[in-house]
Amino acid sequence: MRNKETSDLEISLLLEAIYQKHGYDFREYSQAHIKRRIMNRMAVSQFEDVAEIQSKVLNDATFTSELLQDLSITVTEMFRDPLFYRSLRENVIPILKTYPFIKIWHAGCSTGEEAYSMAILLQEEGLYDRTTIYATDFNQMALNRAKDGIFSNKMIKEYTSNYQLAGGKESFSNYYTSNYDHVIMNQSLKKNIVWANHNLVTDSVFAEVNLILCRNVLIYFDKNLQNKVQTLFYNSLINGGVLCLGSKESLRFSDLYAHYIELDTKQRIFKKKY
Amino acid sequence: MYYEAIVIGVSSGGMKALKFLSSSLPKYFSIPIIIVQHLSAQSDSQWIHLLNDKSHLNVKEADEKEKITKGYIYIAPPNYHLMIEKDKTFSLTIDERVNFARPSIDVLFESAAEVFKNKLISIVLTGSNSDGTNGIIRIKKYGGLAIIQDPTTAESEYMPKSAIAAIIPDYVLSLEKIIELLLTIDQKNK
Repeated sequence: MRNKETSDLEISLLLEAIYQKHGYDFREYSQAHIKRRIMNRMAVSQFEDVAEIQSKVLNDATFTSELLQDLSITVTEMFRDPLFYRSLRENVIPILKTYPFIKIWHAGCSTGEEAYSMAILLQEEGLYDRTTIYATDFNQMALNRAKDGIFSNKMIKEYTSNYQLAGGKESFSNYYTSNYDHVIMNQSLKKNIVWANHNLVTDSVFAEVNLILCRNVLIYFDKNLQNKVQTLFYNSLINGGVLCLGSKESLRFSDLYAHYIELDTKQRIFKKKY
Repeated sequence: MYYEAIVIGVSSGGMKALKFLSSSLPKYFSIPIIIVQHLSAQSDSQWIHLLNDKSHLNVKEADEKEKITKGYIYIAPPNYHLMIEKDKTFSLTIDERVNFARPSIDVLFESAAEVFKNKLISIVLTGSNSDGTNGIIRIKKYGGLAIIQDPTTAESEYMPKSAIAAIIPDYVLSLEKIIELLLTIDQKNK
């Protein structure tokens, strides 16, 4: 463990350098999270201080791409929070069924587990053929893995249990092929998913959609950035469209709260008013 | 010394300990308490309501961006790490498990140390893994107070023993004595 204290000023200068040199903006992220990630990086790479990271960010592309992986959120799982997916089936699917074509935006999809979960759910509800899922993230490495649809089989037991708790209608193993220590998701699940690079912090409205899922991304942002992204979501939803947040994320403190109806308060599902 | 917060890490055997702690502290207790109790990812918040019913203080799950306030006992939600921001509000993350745990005691303790420095009291209670040990090392480095449950009185001795092996604790006490100590500290905490 290093002795020198990591100052908040050093970190804010580093974030400024990352933004100015590479265009990735972490300046309005939760500081505690960023500090933890940077301190971990310093321990792993045995750096003496943040200034050393800063000079690498300016001169070393390989290092920068590693650092971006450190700072982005790549933890996800299939059918995370099964009761959310159960509510999605009960409260949102009937709304989606009224549309001839359905557009869904998975914002901050990381390695794709939740987008595949959605594809499975839509297939079981007979809606997948008329749906396009736009799954976006700023982390290209994560997107590439999402596109491959190959996951470690270590998690399959947990995913299977999540799937069942989420009200799954089939056997979860119908949706993938096992190959050594990995599983490959079925081709039929991938056909209507469009994987695209989009940065919630710096990019603008992505498409006009019926449903937005952005779960456990906003918790990493400060209040100001949360409000900015909420506006982006509001402007991307059709009237009557649905917004799904993570189970600990709230709209209540957002300026836009009055423009939504709560479809499921506990599972954080909101419908944009007409 | 003026203490701004108390952080507590507890694992197996913790329910009983937390019930005792939350029901023993008086209404006027002025230092906010922040707790990580290891739980399964799917557990609901029923037990927090039960603690709250039996406590003179307000026991609740910590919400993201919530301001840390006296008179409250905050509990980390299941399946999220709990961190503290410089402006003394909470952050939640879904980062990788630390010591196989989410919430992890180390994550809370380390971020609390960065914010509260020597104005922090930390307590490690019963548990059967070593989560909390790295966190309490960081807290000591910043001059915070380290109180550890006497392993011989803990339902599960591993966690307190692990912390004692890593630092020189300020106090090693039974749960009853820890509460007495907290009351004494609170009296002088002006």
